[in-house]
Amino acid sequence: MKISEKVKSQSVDPASREILQLAADQDIETVWNRLEKQQPQCGFGELGLCCRICAMGPCRIDPFGEGAQKGACGATADTIVARHLIRMIAAGAAAHSDHGRRPALLLKEIAEGHNQDYTIIDPKKLKAIAGRLGLSTENRDIKELALEVATIALNDFGKQDEKTLAFVKAYTPKKRLERWQKIADNLSALSSKTIGILPRGIDREIVDIMHRTHFGVDHGPLSLIAQGVRASLGDGWGGSLIATELQDVIFGTPKIKEANANLGVLDKEQVNIVVHGHEPVLSEKIVEIAAGEKMQKLARAQGAKGVNVVGMCCTGNEILMRHGVPIAGNELQQELAIITGAVELMSVDVQCIFPALAELSQCFHTHFVATSDQAAFPGSIHIQFEEDKANFCAEKIVTMAIENFTSRKPERVQIPAVTNQAMVGFSVEAIIEALGGTPEPLLDAIKSGAIKGVVGIVGCNNPKVTHDFYHIELAKALIARDILVIGSGCWAIAAAKAGLMQIETAKDAGPGLQQVCKALNIPPCLHMGSCVDCSRMLVLAGALADTLGVDIDDLPLVGSAPEWLTEKAVSIGTYFVASGVSVHLWPMPPIAGGDQVMELLTETAEKVFGGAFFVEEDPLKAAEKMAEIIAKKRLALGLDS
Amino acid sequence: MKELLIRAERCLGCRSCELACAVEHSTGKSLLSAINEDPRPQYRVHVTSDGNSSLPLQCRNCEDAPCLTACLTGALHQDARGIVLCNSDLCIGCWMCLMVCPFGIISQNNHERRIVKCDRCPDLEIPACVTACPSGALIYREIDQESREKRLDVLHQLLNSTL
Repeated sequence: MKISEKVKSQSVDPASREILQLAADQDIETVWNRLEKQQPQCGFGELGLCCRICAMGPCRIDPFGEGAQKGACGATADTIVARHLIRMIAAGAAAHSDHGRRPALLLKEIAEGHNQDYTIIDPKKLKAIAGRLGLSTENRDIKELALEVATIALNDFGKQDEKTLAFVKAYTPKKRLERWQKIADNLSALSSKTIGILPRGIDREIVDIMHRTHFGVDHGPLSLIAQGVRASLGDGWGGSLIATELQDVIFGTPKIKEANANLGVLDKEQVNIVVHGHEPVLSEKIVEIAAGEKMQKLARAQGAKGVNVVGMCCTGNEILMRHGVPIAGNELQQELAIITGAVELMSVDVQCIFPALAELSQCFHTHFVATSDQAAFPGSIHIQFEEDKANFCAEKIVTMAIENFTSRKPERVQIPAVTNQAMVGFSVEAIIEALGGTPEPLLDAIKSGAIKGVVGIVGCNNPKVTHDFYHIELAKALIARDILVIGSGCWAIAAAKAGLMQIETAKDAGPGLQQVCKALNIPPCLHMGSCVDCSRMLVLAGALADTLGVDIDDLPLVGSAPEWLTEKAVSIGTYFVASGVSVHLWPMPPIAGGDQVMELLTETAEKVFGGAFFVEEDPLKAAEKMAEIIAKKRLALGLDS
Repeated sequence: MKELLIRAERCLGCRSCELACAVEHSTGKSLLSAINEDPRPQYRVHVTSDGNSSLPLQCRNCEDAPCLTACLTGALHQDARGIVLCNSDLCIGCWMCLMVCPFGIISQNNHERRIVKCDRCPDLEIPACVTACPSGALIYREIDQESREKRLDVLHQLLNSTL
């Protein structure tokens, strides 16, 4: 198949290119076509200078100084930019934290005996969490302990007192906690206005943002951004962390394993079910039910060899990490999976799901099944998922897929013969185990300079950037510089597809990292989970800081979201920066219209938190800048002279 | 030759044309760099609104341009395309051109007492404001084509009214 130059500019992934070419040849619309039709996009929006908060608006600030310099209410460019930016943080923190509420509620249901469809798979992890929270774990009934942990977690969402979240106190390194308190005190003294940094309630900080960005409340760029930081910390060290930790308890803490990635995991001879979205609650069940003999037998009766469940996006990462279920692709491949003509059913829950899938699936035999009470997709089939009837719902979905197998049109099936193997499952626990039970060997490698530092990369994909290009080129450039790369979300899928998560890829790493990979038998790029699992990276950073007796910002760590798209990424970037890790972004976030906001995020943050944002379009230049940050931190630690 | 035409009923007042015009007349030619240039680049198209309707208005580049006649120093001149350009070295800021312009599209350069006006983007095939317009309020086409389409519209209207 000849791939056009245009398709080549859309994706570097060979499987995606094949299907994109097919789509182009058959005039099938994808996100790339729709984005093209959106051009030109609004410059005011791009700069963050359009305010739609009240009905006097929309107001726009003229970035060239000729027209209006204030909104109708008098809001300046910086007020407008800051208000809209922290609303993005609020939405991102809400998405990830609301995700975390679900396993917390489920754990409570399990503990109270109200849910028989799920159990506690990992009591050891439960005890570890309880231990961190200061609960006694000796000779405790597991369900009783689970109830206590779930209650503390749920309390963190909705508590009304002024105290810091229990999970934040339990997981954040002590030095960082003290630093945040000091920052809040200093900012309050400087501005003679109380400014808080430590989150009090996960939901509350999000509501606080919506309140203070309402017409006529908070207009100070610093005050607004500080609240954005507070809500993001409630997400990173709160809601997201609760999601990861309690999912590990219910579904198991990921262990190192092998799995396949890319569209080639779809099977021509089996019933293909793609689970897409973010939460593991339903996808776990679909995997379990589909593997059962009852469903496999039903599939054979329909002329298929069996049922093949594959993941897409972060719900895919969840089951990939825990069960090695193959993953069909990342965000920009959701439409491409359907265009292969080989998908009997795509089941979705929440986040990052294109509404366009409904219309697209109608052009194929694919059933597009929505399952969440929070997410309706006009044109989809809705099967309401209820946790207390999880087995029943999952069986209904799998059966529907199997019965759709005979509707498949073989002449329309085109599955790219492209997959790559990846070593996945690097939870913090799995990493520590690989290191021999303590973080010391990793620290030793960092101290000796074999590993210069660690960069954490997170999704998304964004069609404004050639699909997977930045993810892969940045990771390659970093490992070549002896920088260990860890990450999650759509980046992790891109890296798995590109073969960067194989032991053999260590040959492309610098000599130091190569040696470490060989000694520990790990690849140079580590898959740490879904995007909600960015909390795993925080926990790892915390563990390294605690072991060394330093703060996180002393460590040679950098973060990056090089193809970012979602509001979740804004919250993630902010909690990393506030935790002391500088974060690279591409594309440019909508803040360039506010000089003060730009200064706060790219310069002041460095002085206050020890980490700041930076923007860079070129992967090699970004890698260079990261190496510089790492070198500076190493010098300050006395590791290099 | 193509002409820059306005379909005022399509203008949503988004001012994308203004931003694109300023970017095209900047050094860096990108929005992100243009907003930080000193002197700031200026746009030469103005979305004029009375609160109900908007009109994205730029120099009409009249053939027998009154501004040309009014310019005493010869700063204003017509290029081979028929576009009226200003040689700013000769401009003395007398505003005669503004006074005679039927459209009011002559502006003041924001860092010196000289005029600034549309040059119809000599480096571009399609003027920046036209490319930037998301709703088709600005178009760039041959007059023949435009008038033919208008006549077709009239035909369809007549057919519809007689049916």
